[in-house]
Amino acid sequence: MPERVGLAALNISCQRGSKVLFEDLSFALAPGEGLLVTGPNGAGKTSLLRQIAGLLPLAAGLLSLEGPRPDVELPELCHYVGHLNGIKTIFTVRENLAFWADFLGDNGSPLSPALAAFGLTPLADFPAGLLSAGQKRKLTLSRLFAAPRPIWLLDEPQVSLDAPSLKLLDDAIKNHLDAGGIAVVASHTALKTKFAHKIALGGKRKT
Amino acid sequence: MKAALALLARDVRLAWREGGAIGTALGFYLVVIVITPLGLGPDLNLLARIAPGMLWLALLLAALLSADRIFHNDYEDGALDVLTTGPLPLPLVAAIKSLAHWLTTGVPLALLVPLLGLLLNLPLAASPLLVLAMLVGTPAVSFIAAIGASLTLGLRRSGLLLALLVLPFYVPVLIFGVATASVAITGPASPWPPLLMLCALSLAAIVLAPIAAAAALRTAMR
Repeated sequence: MPERVGLAALNISCQRGSKVLFEDLSFALAPGEGLLVTGPNGAGKTSLLRQIAGLLPLAAGLLSLEGPRPDVELPELCHYVGHLNGIKTIFTVRENLAFWADFLGDNGSPLSPALAAFGLTPLADFPAGLLSAGQKRKLTLSRLFAAPRPIWLLDEPQVSLDAPSLKLLDDAIKNHLDAGGIAVVASHTALKTKFAHKIALGGKRKT
Repeated sequence: MKAALALLARDVRLAWREGGAIGTALGFYLVVIVITPLGLGPDLNLLARIAPGMLWLALLLAALLSADRIFHNDYEDGALDVLTTGPLPLPLVAAIKSLAHWLTTGVPLALLVPLLGLLLNLPLAASPLLVLAMLVGTPAVSFIAAIGASLTLGLRRSGLLLALLVLPFYVPVLIFGVATASVAITGPASPWPPLLMLCALSLAAIVLAPIAAAAALRTAMR
């Protein structure tokens, strides 16, 4: 059960080099609401997610967090799943997950649900370097379950997943939202989950 | 605390299992020390006099060989992004990764000195002092290397640039490190002043370098 937090953006802008990717973007997400970010390549979907995760500074505007613990910073409540998997190839699947559980979470939750979430239990003691691209992706997504955090930032999470895994991912996002979590998903392809909010980036392009 | 220990254990285990990292540094150290007497000739007095300096120089270069490993792999595979969203502030992440580099490079290299000292006719009396100086001084080596490693993230062939950036900052460590051991060979002076200076250098590096490294990491991740 993730803690219930609300996330709001007020007039945020993103600038990469001399190019303004988006300006005056605002949204407000209550607990249990999802945000789907769409847009053509280079529209700033990844940049928006990285801004929320605190990896990229805001060019202007404000990100505000409403939660039960005011001393916790926004990035600490976020799971950021980007294009890169962040997997250590010489560690086994279990060791990879165990590290993220210890590092990101603090409550020592058991690993088995995280391993089972995307069906990686049979591969638990397999070196991660020998996994296929789709399996690596599933290992990355399993991180979402290794340490419970209320805000999921998923950047093209479906890449290289097969149909059954896509359904697992869809269900995972839906369950997370139903439990009061927040998900911000950048995606080209449709997910079955109903998102309360949608943003299409790249409408007014400025150079 | 748990997160800090998990990160330290992971980095040490990665360095150990990748093998190449520790092995390359130790192998390089060994080879440089073995070929030095071949280049200088069999003058035992000369070798004994320059032994502390040669051992320190070889140690600095060997440590630099593995320095880009501190952040590079995590940057390449995206793990650094996730480490940033962890409960630890980024300077602390940088400090723990530097500490792991020290444990897997500085400590084994320093402990190898009594053996390699024999090849350079290092007086046995000077050996413990030199090991002590290296154990005390190598934290500065690892932590300063972390600044260079974070500044050169994302550059191709960053190794040489890293050495250019970092080696000048090793000059004080080198001077006081050699001075500590030379005392045992050349004179009756006390080894404590240079040893304490080494301690000061290491402590300053441990406190200040992670802040600089974290700032460079932030820039690299943009």
